[in-house]
Amino acid sequence: MNPNPPVATPFFFYLLAAVMIIGGILVITRKNAVHSALALITTLLAQAGLYLMLYAPFVAGVQIILYAGGIMVLFLFVIMLISIERNLKERQFNHQWLIGIAAAAALGGLFIAVYTTTTQGKVLFPAVGRLSYVESGNTQGIATLLFDRHFGTYMFSFEIASLLLLVAIIGAVVMAKKRI
Amino acid sequence: MLDISTLHYLVLGAALFLLGVIGVLTRRNVVIVLMSIELILNAVNLNLVAFSRYWQGIHGPSALQGQVFAIFIITDAAAEAAVGLGILIAFFRNKETVNVDEVNLLKW
Repeated sequence: MNPNPPVATPFFFYLLAAVMIIGGILVITRKNAVHSALALITTLLAQAGLYLMLYAPFVAGVQIILYAGGIMVLFLFVIMLISIERNLKERQFNHQWLIGIAAAAALGGLFIAVYTTTTQGKVLFPAVGRLSYVESGNTQGIATLLFDRHFGTYMFSFEIASLLLLVAIIGAVVMAKKRI
Repeated sequence: MLDISTLHYLVLGAALFLLGVIGVLTRRNVVIVLMSIELILNAVNLNLVAFSRYWQGIHGPSALQGQVFAIFIITDAAAEAAVGLGILIAFFRNKETVNVDEVNLLKW
């Protein structure tokens, strides 16, 4: 008997997956943008739970703090800034639903085709069994990849990302300011 | 019940991706279109972390490249949300609407 059984039982996966799918459907069907944002927050939190099941605690923390905490607050702030009552009475969908369904069907067919492709009798993404828990410093490993002097493969990309964020800050201010 | 494998996560990611695509293509409200883009990015992130887990099973616990990619994508999503919402505010100030199909200044 494994003394340290994984918490990643199938039940939790299906529960979180159901929460995510229902949240996603609510995001694209709700009339009120605030309701959509709340559904999206639910989806993001369930996804953080899935990250924990995949033993990625650092990404789960970043997901909660940055996505559910930062980006979604920005969204809600803008929704309240530009919220107009008139918008609720308008048509919510454009006339492209046929194109939308067709594109989604084509993409879904592509996904099914890829996921069921067999090469030499094996599917492309083999269904590995239950993943065992690894005693690893997840956060330390990510930090090593990001900014270690010898093993930091992504150090340059990390610096470029900070530059990207700087450009985004300046761009957002320039866009949203009334006169520069 | 079957054990949860990488493929389960991939199928879930594909479903979320499709929901996001439908939202982007059919909604009129720009804010909800941006939120659908967030759904798409999150589907990709889920795939990356699932693949990272798969990769760890092959190359040992320090093979965390997928999770690093996921963090980069979260960074990009933050930048995209900030710039997109800035554009949205400028747009709303000029046109007094938030519907994408009323942005037709470039339409012939």
